[in-house]
Amino acid sequence: MKRHVFSVVVASMVAWSAPTVLGFCGFYVAKADTKLFNKASQVVLVRDGDRTVMTMANDFKGDLKEFAVVIPVPTFLQREQIHVGDKALIDHLDAYSAPRLVEYFDEDPCRVIVSDRMVLSMSRPAAAAGVSGRARSLGVTIEAQYTVGEYDILILSAQQSSGLETWLRENGYKIPSGASSVLSSYVKQNMRFFVARVNLREQAKLGFSYLRPLQVAYESPKFMLPIRLGMVNADGAQELFAYALTRKGRVETTNYRTVKLPTDMDLPVYLKEPGEFARFYTAMFSRQVGKEGMRVLFLEYAWDMRWCDPCAADPLSNDELRQLGVFWLDANGGPSPPPGGSGSVVRPRPMPPSMNAPEVFLTRLHVRYDSAHFPEDLVFQETADRVNFQGRYVLRHAWHGEESCPAAGAYRRSLRDRQEQEAQRLASMTGWDVSEIRKTMNLGAEGPDAQPISNKWWERLWRK
Amino acid sequence: MTLPGVIRRLHPRDPRLYQIATLASLLLYGLTWLDFEITAARAILILATVLSTQAVCDQVTAGRLMPGRPVAVNIKSALISGLSLCLLLRTNRPELAVVAAVLTIAVKFLLRFRGKHLFNPTNGGLVAMLLLTDQVWVSPGQWGSAVLFVFLMASVGSVVVMRASRSDVTYAFILFYGAMLFGRALYLGEPLAIPLHRLESGALLLFTFFMISDPKTTPDSRAGRVLFAGLVAFGAWYVQFRMFRTNGLLWSLAACSLSVPIIDWLLPGDRYTWLSPPAAAAAGAPELRWRHPSTPTTAAFDRFQRRTI
Repeated sequence: MKRHVFSVVVASMVAWSAPTVLGFCGFYVAKADTKLFNKASQVVLVRDGDRTVMTMANDFKGDLKEFAVVIPVPTFLQREQIHVGDKALIDHLDAYSAPRLVEYFDEDPCRVIVSDRMVLSMSRPAAAAGVSGRARSLGVTIEAQYTVGEYDILILSAQQSSGLETWLRENGYKIPSGASSVLSSYVKQNMRFFVARVNLREQAKLGFSYLRPLQVAYESPKFMLPIRLGMVNADGAQELFAYALTRKGRVETTNYRTVKLPTDMDLPVYLKEPGEFARFYTAMFSRQVGKEGMRVLFLEYAWDMRWCDPCAADPLSNDELRQLGVFWLDANGGPSPPPGGSGSVVRPRPMPPSMNAPEVFLTRLHVRYDSAHFPEDLVFQETADRVNFQGRYVLRHAWHGEESCPAAGAYRRSLRDRQEQEAQRLASMTGWDVSEIRKTMNLGAEGPDAQPISNKWWERLWRK
Repeated sequence: MTLPGVIRRLHPRDPRLYQIATLASLLLYGLTWLDFEITAARAILILATVLSTQAVCDQVTAGRLMPGRPVAVNIKSALISGLSLCLLLRTNRPELAVVAAVLTIAVKFLLRFRGKHLFNPTNGGLVAMLLLTDQVWVSPGQWGSAVLFVFLMASVGSVVVMRASRSDVTYAFILFYGAMLFGRALYLGEPLAIPLHRLESGALLLFTFFMISDPKTTPDSRAGRVLFAGLVAFGAWYVQFRMFRTNGLLWSLAACSLSVPIIDWLLPGDRYTWLSPPAAAAAGAPELRWRHPSTPTTAAFDRFQRRTI
């Protein structure tokens, strides 16, 4: 009889050896005396038809020997379906799709010149973010064991969640109370459990000081991301960035609302100062989460991967996309964008897509979730929507030239109003105190009328 | 004036007026508050297309059946279909929106069995488009669950306005579907918050109160409607939880609609008219009591008289 194919993917981390279960896609837990905290997970989902390649990254900072991960998967995974990826690929994807600041310079009201350039991008904020016999008696089957890169991997199946829980406990994995009931749901759906821990010898041989992302490839109609296991013993809300690489168009959730992050707005130019944009982005995101009652996912980027405008980083090359699992790219898949670093590239890059370039559409979703507001796993669908969207925030620098025509006076007056609007917008987007913002902008705490500015040439002559 | 008198006065004779008002309000709410992926211009394009198509189809049908008689365009029916399409259909391409609008109206004229159209027009149009092209989609998540209250108010009102005798399909469906959702959760040992969250879906409520409830495409007898509701609920559950595909509700309703002629044959009942009997009499419409079998001549006349959504 043909086995039902259930899909996917929960990833839950488990502390190995000194046993505490950690979460992935959310769930991270520390040993009793060690606060290991991983609130921000990143997952790349490459999807076309029923084929999925999932790459999971985390910023685990603890002792590697205490790291382990449990990922429910839809089918048995052969050795070739598991891979260890390169963290730089996800960093590049993050940089490419991150919300960005754009700056413009006001033209001389007495002359016309236009200049604009991208100044910096907002990468994901770090803050946001004798065995087999016993196994059989517990109803747990070790279906396969592999060593892939620095990981030792087991593929388990179970008849009862209690048996699986006991087996994991007896083998040094500490399962948080409550995990059993979540495991039960996946056990009854005949899902397999992908269990990985770090092989320290292999890890030392390879020489990596951090954990590289795990990748799994499988075929299943289910297009979803289990997050429930990750919330079992979560300490507060979890943060997840999901990048979907698809052929047709934007990806959205079908069981939660997907909302576009507020974008395309003028903001005070001081956000260009180091750290200010990051502060703005995290505050703005938190405020939007609150405004939507923490019940939505936010769309932060949706774009054809063949170009960008402006580019926070170069688009990923075909080779990078292939490494992430974009399986429909072939060797002659059209012109590949030049390889780019993950740093911020500050020029606009309006590259109209070439017709014969392979189609890869990127969707970046960002969600903050907890079990009260997100009771069920995330279920996705690919839509045919190819409308571009990006988180883009605009700085407009004032013109500081001399007033040599009547238009300059009008410009000065309108500038005061504009800056006041920028201050109020920033306050409303972030919840910050508007008078503090005005102070930072040198507008004066009372608003636009408090400190009329003039820009006669002699006023600036001896200014200190 | 007494209270019953006030209620009678406010109570629209034709429940379709209430449906139009509700669907239009939901669309307005979606456009302004929920950031639906549809523009006002696109909505106007869809509405204009459904009305034009309805006018042409009415003209052609009436001209064939009753030559020389003035033709009344069934605006209410077309508006309900058009507004539902605006709430559900998403595409980047305006020409596909136009095709969907034409198909939505055309299927109810073309696909008929014994004077009764087979598919709920919006359901038929959407499923046809999903089969014909991969450039359209439906966003079941667009409502979120925060609009539950709004939906419930609209939906309960709709049930009150619809004659209670035909609300049975709505109640039966939500009971069957709810039982399946809770049953699955209990079997898997999932917390009840999961089926509750699924029941809060705006897309599900819209389907339950405004699509499956369409009295013109559901079976004529009560037993038949309950059976139909059970089939649709099972189909939707199967598509979602066994095949893991989206839009289970739409696929299931379209598939089960094909069984309605058989259910009507097995469990015959009275055909539905939109106007309540006294109102219909006041409006000069004969009360229709069509039982199988009917003669071809009377059936043709009935079809003309009865042509609604």
